[in-house]
Amino acid sequence: PVKYEELYCFSFNPKLDKEEREQGWKLVDLSEEYNRMGVPNNYWQISDVNRDYGVCDSYPTEVYVPKSATAHIIVGSSKFRSRRRFPALSYYCKGNNASICRSSQPLSGFSARCLEDEQMLQAIRKANPGSDFIYVVDTRPKLNAMANRAAGKGYENEDNYSNIKFQFIGIENIHVMRNSLQKMLEVCELKSPSMSDFLWGLENSGWLKHIKAIMDAGIFIAKAVAEEGVSVLVHCSDGWDRTAQVCSVASLLLDPYYRTMKGFMVLIEKDWVSFGHKFNHRYGNLDGDPKEISPVMDQFIECVWQLMEQLPCAFEFNERFLIHIQHHIYSCQFGNFLCNSQKERRELKIKERTYSLWAHLWKNRADYLNPLYRSDHSQTQGTLHPQIAPSNFLYKFWSGMYNRFEKGLHPRQSVTDYLMAVKEETQQLEEELEVLQERLANLQKSQSGNNKVKSKQQDRSKHFGLYTSNNSLANTPQEYSNDLKSFPSRSPSQGDEDSALILTQDNLKSSDPDLSANSDQESGVEDLSCRSPSGGGCLPSEDSGKDSDEAVFLAG
Amino acid sequence: LLRSSQPLTGPNRRRCREDEKLLGTIVDEDERGFIIDTRSAQAAKQARMSGGGTEPKSSYPQWRRLHRALERGRLLQESFVKLVEACGDASLSMDRWLGRLESSRWLGHVKAALSTACLAAQCLDREGCSVLVHGAEGTDTTLLVTALAQLILDPSCRTLEGFQGLLEREWIEAGHPFQLRCARSASSHARGKQEAPLFLLFLDCVWQLSRQFPFSLQFGEQLLLTLFDNAYASAYGTFLCNSERERSLCKVKESTHSLWAWLNQPEERQKYLNPLYSHNPLVIWPSVEPQSIQLWQGLFLRWIRPSQHLDEAWVEIQRLVEGS
Repeated sequence: PVKYEELYCFSFNPKLDKEEREQGWKLVDLSEEYNRMGVPNNYWQISDVNRDYGVCDSYPTEVYVPKSATAHIIVGSSKFRSRRRFPALSYYCKGNNASICRSSQPLSGFSARCLEDEQMLQAIRKANPGSDFIYVVDTRPKLNAMANRAAGKGYENEDNYSNIKFQFIGIENIHVMRNSLQKMLEVCELKSPSMSDFLWGLENSGWLKHIKAIMDAGIFIAKAVAEEGVSVLVHCSDGWDRTAQVCSVASLLLDPYYRTMKGFMVLIEKDWVSFGHKFNHRYGNLDGDPKEISPVMDQFIECVWQLMEQLPCAFEFNERFLIHIQHHIYSCQFGNFLCNSQKERRELKIKERTYSLWAHLWKNRADYLNPLYRSDHSQTQGTLHPQIAPSNFLYKFWSGMYNRFEKGLHPRQSVTDYLMAVKEETQQLEEELEVLQERLANLQKSQSGNNKVKSKQQDRSKHFGLYTSNNSLANTPQEYSNDLKSFPSRSPSQGDEDSALILTQDNLKSSDPDLSANSDQESGVEDLSCRSPSGGGCLPSEDSGKDSDEAVFLAG
Repeated sequence: LLRSSQPLTGPNRRRCREDEKLLGTIVDEDERGFIIDTRSAQAAKQARMSGGGTEPKSSYPQWRRLHRALERGRLLQESFVKLVEACGDASLSMDRWLGRLESSRWLGHVKAALSTACLAAQCLDREGCSVLVHGAEGTDTTLLVTALAQLILDPSCRTLEGFQGLLEREWIEAGHPFQLRCARSASSHARGKQEAPLFLLFLDCVWQLSRQFPFSLQFGEQLLLTLFDNAYASAYGTFLCNSERERSLCKVKESTHSLWAWLNQPEERQKYLNPLYSHNPLVIWPSVEPQSIQLWQGLFLRWIRPSQHLDEAWVEIQRLVEGS
């Protein structure tokens, strides 16, 4: 597609009235969210300096900045930052006043300075009286950041910015990530790979290494905030990819609210949508530069899944929720992930002309619940502490995502769905018990011996039977041998969200390993020669079992 | 499903009428049978030089021979040791972990074992043919295949009781030399010549089945870990010695207690049951694609990473299912 109007969301009609459409968009309210966090307060204020996108056109109209950051400081700082993305608040920790701020790289070159930018960082420090320094975290590899200096950009010099501790956390750039995914998909498309082919292929793609790098960065920042009580300023190059990933992972670890379904939607709206992650460029809403395509949000979503696997009780939502969100980043069925910035979306009047994904998911939230989640569980309180090191072996290949359509690969019995059904049934029975007990009490009061207690017909068969009789679905063998006849059977894909819209081989084929003309002006450090993708589609699924979620926490 | 050891064909291609007759009684007039030889075709051929070999087609015309090379012995032990080392190596960076995992080849062995068991099961269930399984001695990979095949095919083997029966039949009475195979602690560097983690490989395969079919086994991971421990060092006599004969000579049944007796006590039994179990009368066909075979964290990371969060998840599951 070339024009936005060609996209599905503009013709999608779920038959809701205007009021319902509006309500759908109001489900997630960022000003409510900032209030929930505890701002504005003595240290943080809302600034309208960008109200007409005059300072930074990829930022939202409303940003939170330290009390001592005047409009003059903000504007000055924005001129010293790539794409004018000045430091702004991402997350505020009520408990100890530490905060996570985000920005883009400073235009420092080899020796340039900017008073206002230095004042901005000081303002961030002052907004946290509990600490006399802040961390500045550059999520790029050191080599890349240094190369940027030659182009007049770079990173903060500790000598110039008083009281900062600077840190590189090398996460690779969008081109490396794009190629990494491509290589991994090639592995997935191998026909009957050996264990060796698979593991080597996975390692060569580097995919899990990158996921771990993002996670480790998030953990570092969460620790700084929760344990050290120190504020952190995070940036990469332009502050809309790695910065978004790392800030949202850190927030997820810090604040249990983001681990609820609603909170997760809010998190994405805040750190991805409002802060100008370039959805259009990254996920190809419209035909564009293939070098801009990169699975940035896919990686964030996978980080969440990896966390869910390690901490099965900690999230209110389940794997299916993540998969459907990922699906809709590419589907363009809803308007949330369109365009490259809030400004563009407002110009296109997205809210008046399309529907919100969040309302759609919220309506179906029963499908997305994690039966093991309890808000009073120890895993759901406070900061999450995933194991840090050693932790290589904790990262698994997400076949629920990358082999989604090969039904033969997944446990054919969904533990999540079964447990949800059990939970529901238990609840129903408890409610019925209450009703019956009340009746009994009333009857005893009225002392009328001739009253018969009508027993309520309990419809147990609804969910319960359905899941335990999963067994009646035919279960066919895989291809174990060329010596015998094989028994192929394809299972039809089920439902809208199951159609293949994930970043496929075809989308990535056009990417060019030569980085010299990239928009990011970073030197590629990795060897990016891609093998020509092996032809052929997905492995044929031989099972006719129903679609199921990977059992996320099975300890046997 | 039958098992044996290799025929002693030898370099001179000896024949044995009785053996041929015995196999002849298994298959009807115009039926076929399959022989699954757990050695590579080459290894099986070489075995002739030392007096062993394979069933020649001409003497066993109704039987079709398939070779599925399964690792055993020293190489399997090495594989296990490499994996344990990789898991414990704190200095290993993420971009080398998968390579180390791969070079241990352990998961490859799991895949091969499951595939072969599935092949046997397929011959029986889908082709309706009898299957004879043997390797060299018939005490290692043979038992691995026949035991797994039964789990796949027969729901009664998947109950707690049935599984114990399976172990008794296919491992203990069938003469797997536990004393030789599990002589030392599993990851000891001093390697006995006869040491090999076949039984552990079996347990790993069972774990893979339980992960792929979470409702179909009446027992859980805890049982598998307990069995692993007891195969090496036990307060009970169940896994002692190398054969029924030795156990009889050592008067094991008179002088020791049975592990099963202890496990089956009501309070103990509870710990080993799978709260999600529901009788599944069908054959369970696992996926043997690499993506479906995972590292058994509960065993290999047992002492390396805290299992607290996963244990809590299990408690929740139990609470949900039993509270209803």
